[in-house]
Amino acid sequence: MSAFDERDFHQNCGKQQAITSTPLLLIIMNKTFIIIHREFMNRVSKKSFIILTVLMPFIFAALIFVPLMLSMVKSDEQKNIAVIDHTGKYFPMMANDESYLFFPEEEMKDEFRTDTTVYSAVIEITADLIENPEAAAIYSRKEIPQGLSRIVNNAINEQIRHDKLISYNIPQLQRIMNDFDQTYSIRTIKWSDDGSESESNAGVAVAAGMILTFLIYMFVMSYGGMVMQSVMEEKTNRIVELMISSVRPFQLMIGKIIGIGLVGILQLAIWGVMLAVILTVAGLMFGVSAISNPDVMMSATSTPMPEPSEANTILASINNLNLPALGGIFVLNFIGGYLVYASIFAAIGASINEAEDSQQFMTPIIFLLVFALYAAIYSAENADGPLAVWCSMIPFTSPVVSMVRVSLDAPGWQTALSLVILYASAFTLIWLAGKIYRVGILMYGKKPSLKEMIKWISYK
Amino acid sequence: MSEYFLEAHNIVKSYANHTALNGVSINVPKGRVFGLLGPNGAGKTTLIRIINRITAPDSGEVYFNGHLSQADDIYNIGYLPEERGLYKKMKVGEQAIYLAQLKGLDKREATKRLKEWFDKFEITQWWDKKLEELSKGMQQKVQFVITVLHKPQLLIFDEPFSGFDPVNAELLKREILELKNQGHTIIFSTHNMSSVEEICDNIALINHSQVVLQGEVNEVRSQFKTNTYRLGLHIGDKLSDNSMFEILSSEEKGGEHIYTIKKNSDISNSQLLTSIAAGNEVISFTECLPSMNEIFIRTVENSKP
Repeated sequence: MSAFDERDFHQNCGKQQAITSTPLLLIIMNKTFIIIHREFMNRVSKKSFIILTVLMPFIFAALIFVPLMLSMVKSDEQKNIAVIDHTGKYFPMMANDESYLFFPEEEMKDEFRTDTTVYSAVIEITADLIENPEAAAIYSRKEIPQGLSRIVNNAINEQIRHDKLISYNIPQLQRIMNDFDQTYSIRTIKWSDDGSESESNAGVAVAAGMILTFLIYMFVMSYGGMVMQSVMEEKTNRIVELMISSVRPFQLMIGKIIGIGLVGILQLAIWGVMLAVILTVAGLMFGVSAISNPDVMMSATSTPMPEPSEANTILASINNLNLPALGGIFVLNFIGGYLVYASIFAAIGASINEAEDSQQFMTPIIFLLVFALYAAIYSAENADGPLAVWCSMIPFTSPVVSMVRVSLDAPGWQTALSLVILYASAFTLIWLAGKIYRVGILMYGKKPSLKEMIKWISYK
Repeated sequence: MSEYFLEAHNIVKSYANHTALNGVSINVPKGRVFGLLGPNGAGKTTLIRIINRITAPDSGEVYFNGHLSQADDIYNIGYLPEERGLYKKMKVGEQAIYLAQLKGLDKREATKRLKEWFDKFEITQWWDKKLEELSKGMQQKVQFVITVLHKPQLLIFDEPFSGFDPVNAELLKREILELKNQGHTIIFSTHNMSSVEEICDNIALINHSQVVLQGEVNEVRSQFKTNTYRLGLHIGDKLSDNSMFEILSSEEKGGEHIYTIKKNSDISNSQLLTSIAAGNEVISFTECLPSMNEIFIRTVENSKP
């Protein structure tokens, strides 16, 4: 049998004719689609992708919950502290807690020095501390824990303050003191554009913004890097010569960028759904129905454990965040930021020959991204400051920075302008990267300088 | 339709520091094997890239099957680059179908043809193997199949035999000749001259960015003929230099006395033979045409700038 008998060949010629008569634009789009399809399927069907995608939300949840739980679980071993209080005034102020138990002792014994099994530390107060501040000390064979000195200092300070106040002989002192003893937390109310009032909580907004910022940062880093890896692989494999004898270099590049980008979007979508499910289940298990949104979880880590009433405030604040708008802007920034960096990464991947060479080009880009992340963190403090505003306009930092600002209600025109600049730059960069890519993928040998790469842009 | 499947007219291509092609013109006849020869760095790969529309020439035109080369002509070219490479981590079958799709074949047709080829080469069991699991020679076979799968009218093989063991090289040679018989036009770039004599109908020799020699293989060889003949005489018969020829060497071998002689150019073969046969028993008489290898070396050395 022959795969090439005469009849077959002529049939084939007919087929080729059919292809020729299809509009070229359609062929180009079709080819780009085939490349996107491969880049996408090839990654999505990998075991490592599936495992990572499934495990990541658990890892993420664990990263947040485990430290939280650990910080709540105190060491179960309580330490015994001997207190030799000759004045008798101070000992009652030292309250036992889950770490330390205080026991009165009559006098200092030698065995305290040698035997640490009974008492891990000894406090000796020999005289009234108002008269003689040097009269108290803690002794221990080990380093004194910060927590212990803080408790003891607080207790003694309280007593000293009390003693001093009494020495002024103010009538009804106890009532005055009780009246003083309260804490207050002001309600924060935000005026909407229509003048209506709503409870707001900047902590929640910042937390939401930071989570989204961090997601963009991570995504751009890892998926941008993946684009570079993949371009470089084709170049070092030398398959690229075969590829560009079938498709235009630009199609190859854009197909790769889109294909890998879609993998990222899929992964993000899966994580979103999984995280929502995990949190709902976790919320039901712990009986905290309030946890129905990732933002709440974040606020739990950024602020001390919320009181019940505070939890309600947070819930109200979450309902108050404009989630659809925030989500929409997030997706736009996410895609724009990815396109900006992926095109740069593609140009780099095409220009270098070995993985080792990538370091030189990667360093400034990682620097830029880390700078953007820090700018985002500082922008949370001052969302309308010059750093925040400028960094939300510059396309290399804006996808990372502007999420924090958007969640803190940056002016709408600034958000819009930032997105317009981002997308204009993204498309310009893709075009420039295409020029560099086209020349770079066929250049073997010496590592090009940045100057040479810029020169490639002008090649015909 | 012109008798040439592919014509390149006056192609010029310069890079920043050097000129890769300087006014190169070649004519590739339809349905023939065309050898593109030349030392390393002569500009062969650049010319092939221009034909493949990977790079554009600075000036000059390429005519493809009678018309000025256009973007979708690349779907009618099968290209085996000198630097072989495929996706190492991708399965062989999947990979071949992907690349065929990029050459315009639909998936079902590609699968069908690929199965036929795999049966023919008896490599069906490789279908689901990752490329990196195959030996280098096996990878080359896969790459060959990928090159021809979409049945392009023009096939370009750049150094196809490098990396093949003699058995597989022979198989490949047979396949190439079979493709030619089926009507494909083949451009064959190499510096392995013995394969040129066996396979090529026409050649062009490129050196220092220019075509220094072009034509049919036999014509080229006779252009370079040196009027040298091999003459086998009966043992015992003796020749000596005279006005008609000069003896270059002589030896006794296999019951013959073999002389290599160079005749004077104004003497015809029959005159020569008549004079020799007068006193000797002639057993054999052949003209020694120079090998492509000699022609290659001589031309390249003469065309040094």
